[in-house]
Amino acid sequence: MNNSITEPSLVQKWIAGTLVILYALVTLTPLVWIFLTGFKTPPDSISYPPKVVFEPSLEGYVNLFTTRTRVSPEELAALPPPETWYDEIVRDREMVIAGPSKFAERFVNSVIIGFGSTFLSIFLGTLSAYAFSRFKVPLKDDLLFFILSTRMMPPIAVAIPIFLMYRSLGLSDTHLGMILLYTAVNISLAVWLLKGFIDEIPREYEEAALIDGYSRFQAFVKVVLPQAATGIASTAIFCLIFAWNEYAFAVLLTSGTAQTAPPFIPTIIGVGGLDWPAIAAAATIFLLPIMIFTILLRKHLLRGITFGAVRK
Amino acid sequence: MPAGRRRTIAMSDLATRAALATPQIIARRARGLSDRAIAWIFIAPTIFLLLAVNIFPLIWTVRLSFTDFKANRANRAVEWVGFENYQKILTDDRVWQSMQATAHFLVWTIVFQVLIGFTLAWLINRKFKGNDLWTTIIVFPMMLSPAVVGNFWTFLYQPQIGLFNYVVSFFTGIDPASFQMLGSVDLSPWAIVIVDTWMWSPFVMLICLAGLRSIPDYIYEAAEIDRATKWRQFWTITIPMVLPFLMLAVLFRGIENFKMFDLVVQLTGGGPGDTTQLASINLKREAFEKWRTGYSSAFAIILFVTVFGLASIYVKALNKVKDR
Repeated sequence: MNNSITEPSLVQKWIAGTLVILYALVTLTPLVWIFLTGFKTPPDSISYPPKVVFEPSLEGYVNLFTTRTRVSPEELAALPPPETWYDEIVRDREMVIAGPSKFAERFVNSVIIGFGSTFLSIFLGTLSAYAFSRFKVPLKDDLLFFILSTRMMPPIAVAIPIFLMYRSLGLSDTHLGMILLYTAVNISLAVWLLKGFIDEIPREYEEAALIDGYSRFQAFVKVVLPQAATGIASTAIFCLIFAWNEYAFAVLLTSGTAQTAPPFIPTIIGVGGLDWPAIAAAATIFLLPIMIFTILLRKHLLRGITFGAVRK
Repeated sequence: MPAGRRRTIAMSDLATRAALATPQIIARRARGLSDRAIAWIFIAPTIFLLLAVNIFPLIWTVRLSFTDFKANRANRAVEWVGFENYQKILTDDRVWQSMQATAHFLVWTIVFQVLIGFTLAWLINRKFKGNDLWTTIIVFPMMLSPAVVGNFWTFLYQPQIGLFNYVVSFFTGIDPASFQMLGSVDLSPWAIVIVDTWMWSPFVMLICLAGLRSIPDYIYEAAEIDRATKWRQFWTITIPMVLPFLMLAVLFRGIENFKMFDLVVQLTGGGPGDTTQLASINLKREAFEKWRTGYSSAFAIILFVTVFGLASIYVKALNKVKDR
């Protein structure tokens, strides 16, 4: 029964539901295709018409993690029998594994830089957000606007001097350099989001703690931080997603030791062109954690995205 | 919104009164640093980091923009050239072409994203069963790395073997090998609009949804009692109430797409020819391929001032709509 005149009718709900589900399925198709392509053999991946039903293979994943060299049939016959399943897959293509590829390293770089910069942005962001929320800071509004306005800069606009600066400081292509850079980009969002969360915690809690003999700092650590935990966690996810996905700075400032996965994945090349199953395998490994995060933390994430709009 | 502002004023009022009522107690009990010192210790690292990694480079860019410095030949004598770089940029056909490409991309992505995003939000707000699950699925594309996803879209856009071309030919009967989304001068500006719309419509949707959910039910109930038709309710209640939210979404998307780099550079690399060479891609080529550092610094400043200027004008308009 409809208990309110504003409640949509059942027919309305049914039509709306169908349309939204249709859109969701269409929007999901490219992502499903990435996942499927990762389990195709290279010939299957470029067949016409595109194959929806195929025999799954781990060749893409093997190619992603290894480098291979081609051998002649005679040499192949002279080799001892393959020891592992991945040796077998590679030998079927008349090749042998030459060594590991750089993908694992690049992925680890993404993890180090992503988590490093997230930790730093949250650490610095929480401190400033607390100060902006609770204390009288001279020129508070100007400082807050200044922090926000740094986000409007096109990354390429500051990339030139940062490139020069990092070159002279020895920070180019280092983890530390990228962590500092991503922290600087993330911190504006972190301060604004966290200030919103801390504003919502009643001041009376801290005042009670102060009267009980806590110092300001103790009150911050023991009263405010636990209260703001959910806010801090969802802000952290935003910072992590940004650092994880960032491409422009990564491609301009890193080339080797500190290169993250996004600039690396498009350069995976197979025999005679791009190795699409390997690229799809890399994309799957790289995108899946974010999709799982999105599902698990959907309530907080969706709130965070619309935060600016809802509050102000 | 005025209500929110009023609440914060009331809150700080309360706090001031509380502070006036109990200063001695708190001051005596709060050992260690003063509040003022703590405030500065807490804020200083953030400001320092932003100055070092944002503001200092920006000032440096301004300085470089008046020189003929080339970053790949750092030892060469640098000359001051005044406004020559700015003059060159404003009379450069390639720059104007890239601004046009950016404008095309910006306008059409916003049009499609507003239409799709608002429609989806409106449908989801019918509160059908399982709507939050489907909302989460729709949100996926915007959470993912634009470079990685953009790179994979070049595979979907392959003539013949690509899924996109296959689906188009399945529904229209056009030969899938007869058109190249990324290789044709006519189609590539639309190819990038399609992928950006796929990625970012959910963002507009989420903000619109927040707007729709902020409209209290009693307004519709009152309209219902006044016998206003659903159509009239939509245009006189729903649209005006969601408009400030929608405008905010447009502002965010506008700024982001003006700076657009990663997705399009992976999709087309600016090609074919210069058809999808957006401002940021042009800037990257000038700065890191041709190494015209001075020239590209001036270009960067012009872009930054343009975004900032347009955004400020827009925010003024937005505030007028909000205050109405």
